[in-house]
Amino acid sequence: MPSKNSSKEKTIGVVGVGSFGTAIANMLAEKNPVMVYARKEEVVEEINSAHTAMGKELNPRIVATGNPEDICQNCDILFFMVPSSGFQDVVRTFAPFLFPYHLIIHGTKGLCLNLNPGETLETVSKIRRSQILTMSEVILKETVAVRVGCLAGPNLSKELLQGQPAATVIASKYNEVILEGQRLLRSEKFQVYGNSDIIGVELSGVLKNIIAIAAGALAGLGLGENAKGLLISRGMVEMVHLSNALGGSVRSVIGLAGIGDLVATCNSVHSRNFTVGYRLAKGDSLDTIMADMDEVAEGVNTVRIIKAFLGTTDLRAPITENLYRVLFGDLEIEEALQFLMKYPFNVDVDFV
Amino acid sequence: MEEKYIKHRYEPILPSKNEWPVVKLARERKEFVKKISDLSEKRILDLTGNNPDILKEELETTLYREKLRIKQNPWAVDPDDEYEFWGEVKNSLLQVNSETGLTKASRLQEYKSVLHRITSRYAEEIASNFKHTHYKFTRSVVQFGFSRLLNAARVKGFRSIFSTQYSLQDKIQITGETDQLRDLATKGTIVMVPTHFSNLDSILIGWIISVLGLPPFIYGAGLNLFNISIFAYFMNALGAYKVDRRKKNLMYLETLKTYSKEAIQFGCHSLFFPGGTRSRSGMIESRLKLGLLSTAIEAQRANYQSGSQGISAKIFVVPVTINYHFVLEAPGLIRDHLSITGQERYYKENDEFSTSYKISKFLVKFFTKGSDISVSVGRAMDVLGNYVDKDGNSLDKKGRIIDTRDYFVSQGKITIDQQREEEYTNMLGKRIVEEFHKINRVFSSHLVSFTAFEMIKKRNQKLDLFDLLRLPEEDNVLPYDEFKAACEMVLTRIKELKSQGMIGIAPHLLQDMDKVINHGLDNVGMYHAKRPVLKDKQGDIVTEDMSLLYFYHNRLDGYALEKLF
Repeated sequence: MPSKNSSKEKTIGVVGVGSFGTAIANMLAEKNPVMVYARKEEVVEEINSAHTAMGKELNPRIVATGNPEDICQNCDILFFMVPSSGFQDVVRTFAPFLFPYHLIIHGTKGLCLNLNPGETLETVSKIRRSQILTMSEVILKETVAVRVGCLAGPNLSKELLQGQPAATVIASKYNEVILEGQRLLRSEKFQVYGNSDIIGVELSGVLKNIIAIAAGALAGLGLGENAKGLLISRGMVEMVHLSNALGGSVRSVIGLAGIGDLVATCNSVHSRNFTVGYRLAKGDSLDTIMADMDEVAEGVNTVRIIKAFLGTTDLRAPITENLYRVLFGDLEIEEALQFLMKYPFNVDVDFV
Repeated sequence: MEEKYIKHRYEPILPSKNEWPVVKLARERKEFVKKISDLSEKRILDLTGNNPDILKEELETTLYREKLRIKQNPWAVDPDDEYEFWGEVKNSLLQVNSETGLTKASRLQEYKSVLHRITSRYAEEIASNFKHTHYKFTRSVVQFGFSRLLNAARVKGFRSIFSTQYSLQDKIQITGETDQLRDLATKGTIVMVPTHFSNLDSILIGWIISVLGLPPFIYGAGLNLFNISIFAYFMNALGAYKVDRRKKNLMYLETLKTYSKEAIQFGCHSLFFPGGTRSRSGMIESRLKLGLLSTAIEAQRANYQSGSQGISAKIFVVPVTINYHFVLEAPGLIRDHLSITGQERYYKENDEFSTSYKISKFLVKFFTKGSDISVSVGRAMDVLGNYVDKDGNSLDKKGRIIDTRDYFVSQGKITIDQQREEEYTNMLGKRIVEEFHKINRVFSSHLVSFTAFEMIKKRNQKLDLFDLLRLPEEDNVLPYDEFKAACEMVLTRIKELKSQGMIGIAPHLLQDMDKVINHGLDNVGMYHAKRPVLKDKQGDIVTEDMSLLYFYHNRLDGYALEKLF
C-alpha cells in the first residue's frame, strides 16, 4: 500500500477488473486507497506496474493482488464486480476468508440457480422461486457475511470512465451498508440513492435484460421510436409483475434501477443483449450469435430461467414468453411481434 | 424400536443455590429494579431525542391509555393506588403545561421527573419476586403430585399411592441435545425458546429444566395468570416476571425490554415463548414475536461492548419443541383461529371455556391413560442463528469457527445500530422457525390426521378451506386400504426428510403400518368429546369433527407434504 495513507483511511476492496469494476475502482480511489483483486497474474502485474487494466487507465492509488486472503484481510468493505457466470465460483473462493464484519456490495446483474445435483437448466422444466438465487442471496448462502448490498442503475461503464454525470442505487436491508456506499461513492458527478428493497433492485437489473433483447429486435426490424416507447412501457409492466412474483416491490421497478436502467439499456446499441435481439431480427440463429460472443448475453439466460419459473405460477408474461419461443423455439420474430400486437392487454397500468 | 430416553435425573449443574443467577438477582432486587428504571428512562429519552414536546406527547398518550384501561378493563391483580397514581401524573403534567414562563430545559427537567415516576412504577411491577424456599416447595409439590397420581393409576393395589415404580419420565420423554444444554448453561447464558401449544407448557418446561439439573430460568408470564392468587404464588416461585398485554404504551414496552435485556446480561437463563401466545392453528409457529427476542441480541452486543469476551459473555439460543398427541384446548384454539382468519365466513358455535374442573379431569385422564409427550431440545445457536460447538464457539456453515462479536463490529469497533439489530432479530427468528421444523417429532397421531385431512381435501378440490370444514362429517368416509396406502406414502416421505435431518420421528412410527395407524387413531385427540379421526364399524376411516382434524393436521404443515396428494 502507498505509504502516504494515514491509518485512518481504510482500504476498500474491489473484486474483478472488468469494465464496470475498473470504473468503480477509479471512483472509489478518489476518496480512499483501493485494492483490487484479479485472477490472472499478468493483469495484477499490469495494474501494479503500469496502472492500467487491460488497457484501461487506473488511478495510481489502486494496488492489485491475486490473493483473496490478502484483500479480505486488508479491507472491511468489498465490492464484488464480477460477471454473473463466474459469480458463484468467485464467492466460493472468497468464502473462507470472509468474516461477519465484512460489508459486501456487488454490482452484478444476473441470476443463479440452486438445483439438485445432476439437474441443469436444460433438464428441469419448472423452477420454483426457492431454486432461483439473486446475487445477494448467493453471497448470503455461501459466506458468513450478512451485511450485503447491491449497486444497480443506468451505469454504462464507458460513460462512467469518461467521467460523465450519472447516478446509481445502493440497495441493502442494512442502513449501514447504504450510508457507507454513499459515503464512498458520492461525488460531484455521481449521485447515490438508497433503497432497502435489495431483492427488488437486483431483479430490476436482471429483468430489464429481457426487454433489452426485445429492444434490439425492434431496431433490427427497422422500427422507430413509437415502437420503442411502447416496448419500454409494456416491458416495465411486465417487470413489475415478475418482480412482484419473485419478491421485489413495485416501487423499485419504477425507480432508477428499474425504469432508469431500462431506458439506458434499450438505447445502448453496443450492449450484448441488444445485439442478440438485433441480429435475431436480421435473421441470424441464436447459435451463430452466441458463437460470435466471448461471453453469454445475460438476457438469454434470464429468459430461460423466467420461462421455467412462470410454469410454477399463474402469471402471464407475454414479452418473455414470446421471446423464449423465438430464442429456443421456431417462432419467427415477426410472428412474435404480431402476436404481441394482438395480445389483449388493453389495461394500461394495473399495479398502482 | 426402543429409543433411549433420558430416564435419570441429572445432578444439578450448580449445586449451591447461592450461585444461581436468579437467586443472586433476587438478593439484589432493589438495586436491579432501580437500574431498570433508570435505563428505561434513558432509552425513552433517547427515543424522544430529549425533546420536551415529543416527550410530553408520549407522556400524555400513556396517561390517556392508562386511564382508559383502568376504567374499561380492571383486573384483580391491579394495585389499589392505580387511580391515584395516574391522577397525580395528570396533575403534574397540567402544572408543567400551565407554567408558561419555563425555559425549554426546565420543562424537559419537569417531564423527566414524571417519566421517572412512571418507569420506576413499571419496573417494580414487572420485576419477579423469586424466593428460593417457594421454588423448592413448588417443585416438590409438582413432582410429588404428578408421580403419586401416575403410580396410583398404573400400579394396582392398596399401596399404590406410595409406589415409586413409575416416574414422570416414563410419561414425558426428553430427547435431543440435553448434554450440550447442560454444559453451555455452566459457561454462558441460555435463552430457551419453546413452541407453545398448550397452557400445560409452562409447567412442563419448568419441570424439564429442573430434571436436567439446570437452575431456574426466568420467563415472562402474562399478568392475567397472577389474577388467581394460587397461580401467582407458583409463578413467583418459578422466577416469572410479569407481562401485561393490556399495556401497549412506549414507556411500558421499553421498560419490559430493558428488564429482559438486563436480566440476560446479569447471567439469568431466560425462556421466551417466541410465538407470543399458544399456536391457535396448531401449526408450528412461523411468525415470531420479535420484541423479546431482540433483547437477546441487544444483551449480546452490550456484553461485547462492555469488553467481555469469550464464552462467559456469550448468549446461546436453544429451540425446544413440545410434541403432544393431544392438546386440551384444541377445540377453542382452532375456533379462535378460524374466526380470525375466516371472519364472518366462519360461524361460531357455542362457546365452551376451559375451567379448572376440566383441567383436573384432563390431568387425571392424562396420567391414567397412555398419551405420551415428548420434548426435543435443539442444538444451541448463537444470537445470529449459527450453531455452536461444545466449547460454545460459533461455527459457520462449513464448520469454521467465527466470532459472534464480528457481527456488531463496524470499521473495527463495536457500534450500536438499532436498524441492524432489527434485521438480526428477523434473521434469528427465521432460524428458530427452521430449527423448530427440524427438531419437531412426528407422532402417529399427526400422521393419521394429516393424511385423512389431505385425502378429504383432495376429494373436494373445488371447495375452499371454510367450505371444506363445513362438509357434513358423514360424507367423509375414507376406505381403509386407500387410507393405509396414503399413510404409507406420507410416512415414506417423512422418513426421507428425516434422513436429511429435516424432521424427527417418534420410535413408535417404525412399527408396521396397521399398528402405526391404530396407535395414531387411539391417541389422536383422545379426550375430545368428538374425535378428529376414528374407524367406523366397517373399519373405514371417518371424522367427527373437521375443525379438530384440521388442527391436528396442521402440525405437519410447512414440509410441503401436501404436494404428495
